[in-house]
Amino acid sequence: MAPGLNRSVAEDAPLLALRGIVKQFPGTLANDHVDLTIGQGEIHALLGENGAGKSTLVKIIYGVMKPDAGSLRWRGQEVAINSPAQARALGIGMVFQHFSLFEALTVSENIALGLNDPKDRENLEGRIAEISSRYGLPLGPHKAVHDLSVGERQRIEIVRCLLQNPKLLIMDEPTSVLTPQEVQALFATLRRLRAEGCSILYISHKLEEIRSLCEAATIMRLGKVVAQCDPREKTARELAELMISAKLKTQDYSQKHSAQGPERLVVSKLTIRSNQQFGTDLKEISFAVKGGEIFGIAGIAGNGQSELMDALSGEIPAGAPGNILLDGAPVGLERPRARRRRGGCFLPEERNGHGAVGGMSLAENGFLSAHIRGALGRFGLINRRRTQEFAAKVISTFDVRTTGPLAEARSLSGGNLQKFLVGREVLQQPGVLVISQPTWGVDAGAAAAIYEALVALAQAGTAIVLISQDLDEILLLCDRIAVIAAGRLSEAMDVKDATIERIGLLMGGTQTGREEEHVVPA
Amino acid sequence: MILSMVTTLAMSVVAASTPLLIAASGELVAEKSGVLNLGVEGMMLVGAIAGFATAHHSGSAMLGVGVAALAGIGIAMIFAMLSLSFLANQVATGLALTIFGHGFAALLGAGYVGISAPVLHPIAIPLLSAIPVLGPVLFDENILVYFAFIMLAVIAWFLNKTHAGLILRAVGDSHDAAHAMGYPVLRIRYAAVAFGGAMAGIAGAYFSLFYSPLWSQDLTAGRGWIALALVVFSAWRPLWLLVGAYLFGGITFFSLYVQGLGISVPSPLVSALPYVGTVLVLVLISRDARRIRLNQPACLGKYFHATA
Repeated sequence: MAPGLNRSVAEDAPLLALRGIVKQFPGTLANDHVDLTIGQGEIHALLGENGAGKSTLVKIIYGVMKPDAGSLRWRGQEVAINSPAQARALGIGMVFQHFSLFEALTVSENIALGLNDPKDRENLEGRIAEISSRYGLPLGPHKAVHDLSVGERQRIEIVRCLLQNPKLLIMDEPTSVLTPQEVQALFATLRRLRAEGCSILYISHKLEEIRSLCEAATIMRLGKVVAQCDPREKTARELAELMISAKLKTQDYSQKHSAQGPERLVVSKLTIRSNQQFGTDLKEISFAVKGGEIFGIAGIAGNGQSELMDALSGEIPAGAPGNILLDGAPVGLERPRARRRRGGCFLPEERNGHGAVGGMSLAENGFLSAHIRGALGRFGLINRRRTQEFAAKVISTFDVRTTGPLAEARSLSGGNLQKFLVGREVLQQPGVLVISQPTWGVDAGAAAAIYEALVALAQAGTAIVLISQDLDEILLLCDRIAVIAAGRLSEAMDVKDATIERIGLLMGGTQTGREEEHVVPA
Repeated sequence: MILSMVTTLAMSVVAASTPLLIAASGELVAEKSGVLNLGVEGMMLVGAIAGFATAHHSGSAMLGVGVAALAGIGIAMIFAMLSLSFLANQVATGLALTIFGHGFAALLGAGYVGISAPVLHPIAIPLLSAIPVLGPVLFDENILVYFAFIMLAVIAWFLNKTHAGLILRAVGDSHDAAHAMGYPVLRIRYAAVAFGGAMAGIAGAYFSLFYSPLWSQDLTAGRGWIALALVVFSAWRPLWLLVGAYLFGGITFFSLYVQGLGISVPSPLVSALPYVGTVLVLVLISRDARRIRLNQPACLGKYFHATA
């Protein structure tokens, strides 16, 4: 059944209507009498800060959670959705923010796992190929997922949903890690789906995207719906203000800091073999950052960013000491601790498991990175009082919403944990800060707080390297930028000379180079 | 003369390898679902005494094998309940299970020490068993030898070719993703652990009803641990399990042979040879850390708690 055929059914009833949805968690009311109405063939935006209750609401729609109270009407009929399988049977598909993919399995195996009905799995590869070409979503069915870029992974999820002819497609922050060109391709796909009568619930914090794509929006704050509007009639600023309920300060961050003094971080001819199975080797990477400067490294995920991060932090040693100079000292072979002692601070992309230990408290996580510069321990013993004070200071300075320094890291929502981790590094007053994807999955309010902290740090004379896939962020904050592709770094350019198109081409043009390399058997 | 020597040699290799293969294939399935059950040795011992006692009283070795499988499942369910439902640490629970199995089997078996029970007799496959050397080695064996081969093939087929096997691997690879997609992670893991328990129980019965059919304490002599090691050594691939099991069997035979020749090597050292040899080979082969990492179920040993 094609999605378009269902338009005649219950024409006047909305596709999905939620009324008075309540969901209580210990300590928070995640959804407080939420109403949401999605029309047929409509792209509906769901906006809100982290912790506003968007994810909870979406999980209720997709049958992962049950509401404590309230009703769901699907095409006018009251329904109870008790499981994702039931949601899929109704015609609800979901593309997750943190992709629900299985790394060790192939593309077609991953897709098969999302199909309940054995009939759907017949001639699967042929149908994948058909959907791929119809919606412009190229995919190789036999590739293993761990070998794919983030954009390709997202395509798997979308194809998996489309194979079931959904009437409602839920997309959670789909564009966070895509190139501008990939975003345009995705929008073309979504508009095509809308034209065929499929509704889309689009969750994002990128307000410009919502304004160009969506025709209705529901805005949530602290578990409640605060506004329902047509985003095309509002400015991005108005939407953001509705979302965080405080007048946003417009910031021109790049004017507030400027390069000063000598180069604090110099990387020259850094060549490294990746220690990951399907990693990207770094090839002759050179750049230099002065104090007070924010240097941006743009690029699509998987082009050497994580290797560069590990090389700069000292997790992978460089070839020679002189490859990396930290305040003039050759540190290429030094371990992370030694580099921290010299004034380097590092925050990798992966929050859980790399940037933070989920099962440890915030105080302990603070100690792990700040014990040297924050003098949180002595003679191999932890100074509990100072450690907790340090964590408490991070929590209050960065408005981290948590129960306190003893809360487990994994109990925090993604954005809150990120604020804590950024704060942990920033409060150490580093000479050089290398930070990767600081606002991935973080809402506009938290992102603004993180930006302000970074800018203040640069003003104080810190050299900052910002590795990010979010171009808006890079253009907003950085003085100079370079693009990493297939393990090579482009020439650095002044941010005034950089356009989205030029960067996009540097990122995309070299992507073929990367695929060529993957063809060579390892 | 030489031919018959080769035959005897090969038969004893098969005899030593079969229980490892059975126990390890069960553990492979459990681990593929993401559960690390270190209690294989304990489950084998309980299976051994349950099978032995049943066979002794009923007079039927086959009935003994069946009861051994059930006993293995029963004791595996203790593990599953503690580690899956009550979120106890899998490593600690598995170790506890082995210690418990040791003691429990010794307690139940106290009255059977020195008594014999009916044994599993070879079943000759017509025609094939007449082939020289190969015939008696592969086609005139007891039913569990055939069972080991058939189960290995079935497991390889199940894991790689069926949708249910795909779901099982998916649960082991990312239980969160599997849960988000609506698969019953815990139910699948319970089933995989139960299967592992049944196989361990049958492997235990192989010892008490065929390999050394006279009840004694610690009949399995640490073979459960070797089976566990084999799963890692094989990098979770069924075919390599076969290679590993026969490697151990081969070294076991070799050490017996050395003792028989009367070479003056301290006998404890010779008895240790299969274990040392297998561990050495395991270490050498596991040097390819990338392959291990790629094949290892990503959620192995991690506890799963549905937050939604």
